[in-house]
Amino acid sequence: MSETTEKVRKTLARRYRAEKRFKAFGIGSIGIGLMALVLLFTDIIGKGYSAFFEYEIQLPITFDAEVLDVSDPRDEDELNYGNYQGVIRDALAERFPSVEGRQDTRALNQLVSTGAGYALRDMLREDPSLLGKTRTLWLLTDDDVDLFLKASEKQREDSRLNAKQQQWVAELEASGETRMVFNQSLFSYGDSREPEQAGILGAILGSLFTMIVTLVLSFPVGVAAAIYLEEFAPKNKFTDFIEVNINNLAAVPSIIFGLLGLAVIIGLFGLPRSVPLVGGIVLTLMTLPTIIISSRAAIKAVPPSIRQAAMGLGASKMQVVLHHVLPLALPGMLTGAIIGMAQALGETAPLLMIGMVAFIVDLPAGPLDAATVLPVQIYLWADSPEQSFEALASAAIMVLLAFLITMNTLAVVLRKRLERRW
Amino acid sequence: METAQQLDKPSLGNNDAAKDKAINERDAMTQDTPYPDQTVGKPFVDNPKMRLRDVEVFYADNQAIHGVSLDIGKNEVVSLIGPSGCGKSTFLRCLNRMNDTIDICRVKGDLHLEGQDLYDPKLDVVELRARVGMVFQKPNPFPKSIYDNVAYGPRIHGLANKKYDLDEIVENSLRKAGLWDEVKDRLHASGTGLSGGQQQRLCIARTIAVSPEVVLMDEPCSALDPIATAKIEELISELSESYTIAIVTHSMQQAARVSHRTAYFHLGRLVEMNDTETVFTKPEHDLTEAYITGRFG
Amino acid sequence: MQTGNLLLLLVVMVAGAYFVGLRRSYALARPLGGIRHLHSLPFYFAMRSAMWCAIPALVVLGLWLAFDDSIIRQQVLAGLPAELQPTDASSYNLTLSKIQNVASGALPVGFVEPPIAAAAENLQSLRQTSAMAMTVVIIVLCMFGGAWAWLKVSPQLRARQQVERVLQTLFMLCATVAILTTVGIVLSVLFESIRFFGKVPVTDFLFGLQWSPQTALRADQVASGGAFGAVPLFMGTMLISAIALLVAVPVGLMSAIYLAEYASNRVRTVAKPALEVLAGVPTVVYGFFAALTVAPFIRGMGESIGLNVASESALAAGLVMGIMIIPFVSSLADDVITAVPQAMRDGSLGLGATKSETIKKVIFPAALPGIMGGILLAASRAIGETMIVVMAAGLAANLTANPLEAVTTITVQIVTLLTGDQEFDSAKTLAAFALGLMLFITTLVMNIFALHIVKKYREQYD
Repeated sequence: MSETTEKVRKTLARRYRAEKRFKAFGIGSIGIGLMALVLLFTDIIGKGYSAFFEYEIQLPITFDAEVLDVSDPRDEDELNYGNYQGVIRDALAERFPSVEGRQDTRALNQLVSTGAGYALRDMLREDPSLLGKTRTLWLLTDDDVDLFLKASEKQREDSRLNAKQQQWVAELEASGETRMVFNQSLFSYGDSREPEQAGILGAILGSLFTMIVTLVLSFPVGVAAAIYLEEFAPKNKFTDFIEVNINNLAAVPSIIFGLLGLAVIIGLFGLPRSVPLVGGIVLTLMTLPTIIISSRAAIKAVPPSIRQAAMGLGASKMQVVLHHVLPLALPGMLTGAIIGMAQALGETAPLLMIGMVAFIVDLPAGPLDAATVLPVQIYLWADSPEQSFEALASAAIMVLLAFLITMNTLAVVLRKRLERRW
Repeated sequence: METAQQLDKPSLGNNDAAKDKAINERDAMTQDTPYPDQTVGKPFVDNPKMRLRDVEVFYADNQAIHGVSLDIGKNEVVSLIGPSGCGKSTFLRCLNRMNDTIDICRVKGDLHLEGQDLYDPKLDVVELRARVGMVFQKPNPFPKSIYDNVAYGPRIHGLANKKYDLDEIVENSLRKAGLWDEVKDRLHASGTGLSGGQQQRLCIARTIAVSPEVVLMDEPCSALDPIATAKIEELISELSESYTIAIVTHSMQQAARVSHRTAYFHLGRLVEMNDTETVFTKPEHDLTEAYITGRFG
Repeated sequence: MQTGNLLLLLVVMVAGAYFVGLRRSYALARPLGGIRHLHSLPFYFAMRSAMWCAIPALVVLGLWLAFDDSIIRQQVLAGLPAELQPTDASSYNLTLSKIQNVASGALPVGFVEPPIAAAAENLQSLRQTSAMAMTVVIIVLCMFGGAWAWLKVSPQLRARQQVERVLQTLFMLCATVAILTTVGIVLSVLFESIRFFGKVPVTDFLFGLQWSPQTALRADQVASGGAFGAVPLFMGTMLISAIALLVAVPVGLMSAIYLAEYASNRVRTVAKPALEVLAGVPTVVYGFFAALTVAPFIRGMGESIGLNVASESALAAGLVMGIMIIPFVSSLADDVITAVPQAMRDGSLGLGATKSETIKKVIFPAALPGIMGGILLAASRAIGETMIVVMAAGLAANLTANPLEAVTTITVQIVTLLTGDQEFDSAKTLAAFALGLMLFITTLVMNIFALHIVKKYREQYD
């Protein structure tokens, strides 16, 4: 055995230990990344799933014309000013006859959501013959009651309900006068100060309008810019300058685009604050580099032989590009556009700058109505002191992630289905 | 990292175009020349350094080497020649198990280095490669200084305990590689700054710094100019005094100049192996004759 | 006519011009013996007509819409009597909004001075006149353009070349949007920053150690000046970014190395996309995670071992930001590691090095410039990241290097200064733009430098 071999043998054990250590570091790193992913998702789902459900309590409601102060349910004015809280108060008083004193009565009345009155009004509008009759109805609870009912035995000790309220709710629960239903208001209302009446529909519509504006502006402009840079641009300083700009814009912090929107689009051009149109323009400027870069990659992937074939038949440069290159590159461009849109959909910071952070109850009807978007709604709720909003924010995150996963899956499928290998 | 893509690397000699070309040539040849069932000539020697029997190599389902058997004697230079895609590089890479880095590559047969089975699961590949070094087709110095390039092997294998020992190894290796006089004043300049021929000699120095028993050379001169090639060939002759060398080459002249024995590969088979002089003057097989007379290649 | 309706009308007229142009070219071609005797296909004649009809009208419409409001405003204010003329920027805004509110009916006429009411009426009538004039001008332009194009159609007309030239110019304009955006960013932050530095000296801003931008609401309040020393912000940003990089660089790098050099195909196809999911999660989600889960957890941990941890500690924000950047680092590192030629690996393995020795001593040093560029890009992203710090880092500008305390960052302050009630001219609002300028310059320099390194690195092995 040679000297070298001997020496090498001596080092082997140490070196293989180092090898194993190194490999373990690698596995550990991937483990950390994956664990963070799992933690993030379980945390959000754990916090948010309960927001998809809400508790109701059962009460026999008498639509007493006198208490309601409604003589003709067909009169819209009278209907709107009816004292629905009154009938609910009466029903509660009847259910808990032992409650006396102003303080306790008020505490009792707080068990039912203020939104329950609107439900009664809508019911009466649907069926005017209800006036004067008694019906056993399920009414939406206040968010504190909702939290109490969803909480475990131990968590209930920290409830914001006072001891008497807890006792009443427990009594209702024990006698089966509470039930859990799917939280429809989450998907049918805008924001609200009351967690049990707050929904994400307003934010979803706001996001939708913003995304439409972004797509309509960024896709054509991005594709046109990519075509110019790949097919027509002469090799000169100006083209280089455009390229440097695109690459840098792709890495500029998104909040800077918000400053641009605030100073130029709102300040200089005088467009209104808080509207999806402005949000869409800002996000367009932000996603444009992504779309241009991916579109250029798609154009580059079209082999030159196709161009030469078309040119050989006497097609003009523009005809070659529009008739042959563009259709072949389109799947790749679409994929890039979807990824850009997904990026824009999750973006928050620049939209805070242009005032899309306002508290808006009404559902927006178009890109010029004041609105908020899904990520901003999450931010607003996460910042609220009330605990129920935390669950709502998690639920909104789940919806947002669902949208993003759908879009990214679509992009992957599109790429697999339509992408051609040359 | 090591995926099927690597199969396209010309260094492996099984790139598709080359293979097609070779197949066409074979078809042209086989019309008038019988294909050998067995190696002709004298592939075996007494008391060999490396004893290789029935070596077969597969890439996934493609067989690249068919039952090659030969010996490599002590302190002799064996050259492997043959047309592109004949499997000579693949065969060479079996000898220090560089094919291990390719996932889909499988090697069968008995390969022994002084009685030690190369493919014994218990054998340590690190130790094996310290004994059987390799020089590649394209000079591949690390992006480090000249000194660090040569010192790399001794350092990882712990061959030198003191700085002084290491300096000595580096100097000796560079001297043996004939590079010392050219670089002794700039040992700490980058190895990638040297000329192509110097880079390749640096790679040889790097290999012999580990004092291997066998040095494998995979077309070491194919990327070099004639003057640099001449220097390397000279070096090979000098090195053969202390090392066993197996060299794959494209150039028949080179094989004739540097090697003691020559093996002619054709489409994954060893057609003929004999003393270099015999192969080039009196080839036994028609295929060998066709190759050395330049009818294809 | 409303702009929307006008646009609709424009579309109809352009479509009309297209069809008229198409018909005309066919009509011209028929006596000659078919369309092959025309210079271009009928489609190009039609497109040319449509362009002549649309482009001048659209350009005028755009300019009109961009400038009519400011011109009308000037007119109205000029008509005010001398004593009501605004003297400074804030009274200008006040007067203007008063007039606009009266004009829109939000403010009853009786509540304001008569000249204001008169001005409001003036505003209304000017607006109407402007809208009328715009409609007429646009329609006339459309018709003239269309007619001109129609008249010019002849078999020899090089319609295709003209259409293509217009199209190519349009494409080029789209490409210059990138430049316009950069210019817009630079001008908007620079302009407001200069105004800010007119109120607060640059040196106070860059080297001041005290940050409390709350200017007083009433003049007699104490400490009414507000302090705009941004050093605590820079330090806070650096602290949180440093924590993020400490997490992201080793983890991202080692994951990339493992996936590129060790992992089997099966592991790679699962782990790689899974890590990429982390990159697709919106930052607001990370912010939520940091503020409501990680921060309380760290606080609880700290308390259980007797440490006093702020509920908005830099550590929580930095950790979560690090998680966010992991996939960014790992994909950049993957790019540069796979770019190292196989020959380097072969050379090292051929000498008997183990895989980890090859990676540590050959591949890593060879890939180092590229990796440094990637880290620089990651750092610039950490510095500019907003939502995580807005939600999880504090507002108080503490000058500290303790990761367990609350610090604030540049981006947090930009958001706080610009959301909520604001007047556009106060030093407080302008300070946000000055911070924006700092942020833009810093990230720009880092990005250019990093992209340059990465590009040089790629060229080395191409």
